[in-house]
Amino acid sequence: MLKLGFKSYIFKKSLWLFHFGGASCNNCDIEILDCLTPRYDVERFGMLLVGSVRHADVLLISGSINQKDKVRLLEIYKQAPKPILVVAIGACSCTGGIFAEGNVFAGPVDKIIPVDAYIPGCPPKPEAILAGIFKLLKKK
Amino acid sequence: MLKELFHFLIYPGFLFLAVAGGFLSWFDRKVTAMLQFRKGPPVLQPFFDFLKLLLVKETILPAKGSRITFLLAPVFSLFGATVAGILIFLPLLNIKTGFAGDLIVIFYLLAIPSLAFMIGAMASGNPLASVGASREMKLMMSYELTFLLVIAGIIMKANMNIGLYDILNTQKETGAFIGSISGVLLFIATVFCVQAQLGLVPFDMAEAETEINHGSFIEYSGSVYAIVKLTKYIMLFILPAFVVTVFMGGLSWEGINILWSVLKILSVVLLITLIRNTNPRVKIKQAMRYFFIWMNLLVIIAIILIIFGL
Repeated sequence: MLKLGFKSYIFKKSLWLFHFGGASCNNCDIEILDCLTPRYDVERFGMLLVGSVRHADVLLISGSINQKDKVRLLEIYKQAPKPILVVAIGACSCTGGIFAEGNVFAGPVDKIIPVDAYIPGCPPKPEAILAGIFKLLKKK
Repeated sequence: MLKELFHFLIYPGFLFLAVAGGFLSWFDRKVTAMLQFRKGPPVLQPFFDFLKLLLVKETILPAKGSRITFLLAPVFSLFGATVAGILIFLPLLNIKTGFAGDLIVIFYLLAIPSLAFMIGAMASGNPLASVGASREMKLMMSYELTFLLVIAGIIMKANMNIGLYDILNTQKETGAFIGSISGVLLFIATVFCVQAQLGLVPFDMAEAETEINHGSFIEYSGSVYAIVKLTKYIMLFILPAFVVTVFMGGLSWEGINILWSVLKILSVVLLITLIRNTNPRVKIKQAMRYFFIWMNLLVIIAIILIIFGL
């Protein structure tokens, strides 16, 4: 997505996170918020949680995506300024989890928009979320 | 001619203000992190943020609303902040600006960034942005009166001199203004005005992240938002510099005095950061009452004390 070099270096140094919660049970949301607490503190890597998708660099998606969420997720993805990275957090957004057979389930996130990193777990620990984001940074 | 251009673009102009403001922004975030028992961002973080927004990210224009106003508003805000900074710093470097009433001009130039953000938010056509803009407008109406009264008090303390250069000279003769009771009262009111002008907690209702998703700046992205960020860095430097100039006897750049100058600026920024970290966000109604009744009362008491020579 990004060419290697100065721009890519700058981009990795300052990632702003935007949190999209689908039909989540709130466990993954709580674990994402845990990453911002003093114990894990992602701000030391330059990451901030922002409120508007216009400022976002990383889209964190948690929870299963149902028919109504799908429309909103596509709209949010279209509104975000590129380049943007997408991270699917939790079993529900990676594969569908226990909702995979449900009649309102609209498919895991990678069937709807391209995903750059998967962080499985129900819910994943904050350490796992940090490790996932760092694997994503090393990949590019 | 070349000297003027150097003054306006490099030192003490645009480049110096932007770099110093970036470091102060890091200082603000680091102190915030330390107060919350976190480690905080690295030193160059504000510059990474700015360069990322400027070079890497895409700029999205709103589908509805006036695009040219939307794009030009941050440019005007940057212009206002930079010119105000230059007018504040030239007397500090012992250079006479050549006209008598620069305190009044600085007062109007400091109002330009908030005004431009308001116009830009209105032009974006986003309902949350207009909520932010209307709050910004109400906040501005409340703190501008207090700020004007503070400036009147400063002029009365400086024997009716309106130039920053003369105010600095008066302070050299009689001691810094903060050394008297009326000076302390004026200083308290000014710090709260600065807080409101910078849009920091407790007066950040115009860009409340959790409530209206960055309010006035919700539609800005990419390089336009980078300019907004740059304006915020510059404002974080020039407003404490203004407070130091009018209350603490200015700055000087010779020998050991450099240390005192840096410490003066850092202490004002530290005070602002401590207020921002120990207070909740107030409602716009509470902020208006706070400025209209309590801060104005404080400044009027200070002015009465000045008349009695305290």
